[in-house]
Amino acid sequence: MTPVTTANPAYRSPPGALHAILLAGSVPLFLGALLNDIAYSNTYQIQWSNFASWLIAGGLLLCGLALLFALVNLVRARPKTGQPLTYFLLLLATFVLGLINAFQHAKDAWAVMPGGLILSVIVFILICAATWVGFNPRMGGVK
Amino acid sequence: MKRSKTLALLSMTLLLAACGEKGAATLDRGADPKLPAPQRGLLPSMKIAEPSAWGDQKPTVPQGYSVTAIATDLKIPRQTLVLPNGDIIVAEGRGGSAAKLKPKDVIAGYIKAQGNTKVKGGNRLTLLRDADGDGRYEVQSVFAENLNAPYGLAFANNKLYVANQDALVSFDYQEGQTQASGAPVTVTQLPSEINHHWTKALTVSPDGRYLYVGIGSNSNITERGMEAEVDRAMVWQIDAATGAYKPYATGLRNPTALAIQPGTGQLWSVVNERDELGPDLVPDYLTSVREGGFYGWPYSYWGQNVDPRVKPENPKKVAAAIKPDYSLGSHVAALGLDFSEASMGEKFADGVFVGEHGSWNRSDPVGYKVIFVPFNNGRPAGEPIDFVTGFRDADGKTRGRPVGVTVDPRGALIVADDLANTVWRVTRNR
Repeated sequence: MTPVTTANPAYRSPPGALHAILLAGSVPLFLGALLNDIAYSNTYQIQWSNFASWLIAGGLLLCGLALLFALVNLVRARPKTGQPLTYFLLLLATFVLGLINAFQHAKDAWAVMPGGLILSVIVFILICAATWVGFNPRMGGVK
Repeated sequence: MKRSKTLALLSMTLLLAACGEKGAATLDRGADPKLPAPQRGLLPSMKIAEPSAWGDQKPTVPQGYSVTAIATDLKIPRQTLVLPNGDIIVAEGRGGSAAKLKPKDVIAGYIKAQGNTKVKGGNRLTLLRDADGDGRYEVQSVFAENLNAPYGLAFANNKLYVANQDALVSFDYQEGQTQASGAPVTVTQLPSEINHHWTKALTVSPDGRYLYVGIGSNSNITERGMEAEVDRAMVWQIDAATGAYKPYATGLRNPTALAIQPGTGQLWSVVNERDELGPDLVPDYLTSVREGGFYGWPYSYWGQNVDPRVKPENPKKVAAAIKPDYSLGSHVAALGLDFSEASMGEKFADGVFVGEHGSWNRSDPVGYKVIFVPFNNGRPAGEPIDFVTGFRDADGKTRGRPVGVTVDPRGALIVADDLANTVWRVTRNR
């Protein structure tokens, strides 16, 4: 019964301030896009769809930069499994599907739907999951 | 260098995205075009003209005809008008003030701009004169300036009518003038909010009583909202004396050129149809314009083919939509229209000339030429014939883009080229 205390390696630390802002900031942006998509499908008022397009673009910017942090984290991780890998893959999936969603939202008028709404739901779930995992560095792979 | 790299990357991406959208090798033109099912990849197909100078080259015209540049270094010539004394008026300008509503508008706007001239629009009218009839237009004079993106031109009642992007105006005209004698008088204001499609086409009834103005839609397919489409996508009939107006025909997405058929007095138009439904949808068309007629936009195309992008739907309007007379092929971007006459030579005497600016939303570009659509008994009959070509070569180098076409009764076709900023004159060899 002699617990060995070691300093946490960087990749096992919670995200730093900038990383945290980028990661957590993407959540409301993708949520906003989803809510605007719902509003557009209920009202056919195009402005909701325009808002959704910009919110997705903003979400992609923040999420894309957070993805760089996640990548650096993963590169420095030993072993490259567990939380750093899960976090990176979730964020990568968010970014890729978010990008596809941005292109979907670039279609004209109702051509955005229903694909845009479905993608917005998936992207929002993914960013929530990525953020959850990202803020819990001790999740998974820790003995 | 950096920009060309970005562009190359962009075009590669777009080409990749466009792979799924291979259009038919030949355009389906005529009265009854085949309409494939709509298709749209994740990105729209885009192939943008690569501007290149004419140098010593010239457009290609049929055997027995010659072509000369009668004016160069203009400031974006669009439409032309031949006055009774043979002088030519050229409208020069670039309009539109459509806000960029989505990230897409920023990106697509930048890409499309690569295929257009970098010259600033002149916002003026230029007069060209060939006093001795040798085919050389030795006088080039600014007839009027400080206009707001002038486009449509018409002459009647000793007045020169000009359709600016925001108003129909007139100048008093006396034969021989090379310069307007005063400021223009406004006949009536035209719808100009947003002006996604800013060009205002113009023609006048044979008796000079009515002016007809073509007003394009404020979007491709209602993506700027239905509210933006009030008084858009229609042809107005305007009383020349009072300025009173009424919608003459509606549902015409972008009526870019209007002309009156000699003899019958019937109004005809070329209309640019919607994009992003695939390489072979929707055909741009030539049609006679019926008073009170509805031609489908935005609810349907080519008669009763419903466009699923428009919500809420309007089945009543769809049922009422008139099928146009003659398909010019999808994405050709017809911007010029004029009826021919006997002086153009036997083969081209009965029919219309159509100026095609050329496509962007097609991986295999179309248009970029002037065609002749033969008529018989007052209706389009038979396959179109290429009249002026060579604006774009196979490797994508684009030297010019035709806009307005005007038949000079002395036996010539005047073609405005808004990429080379040139006016071409095609004549019959004698």
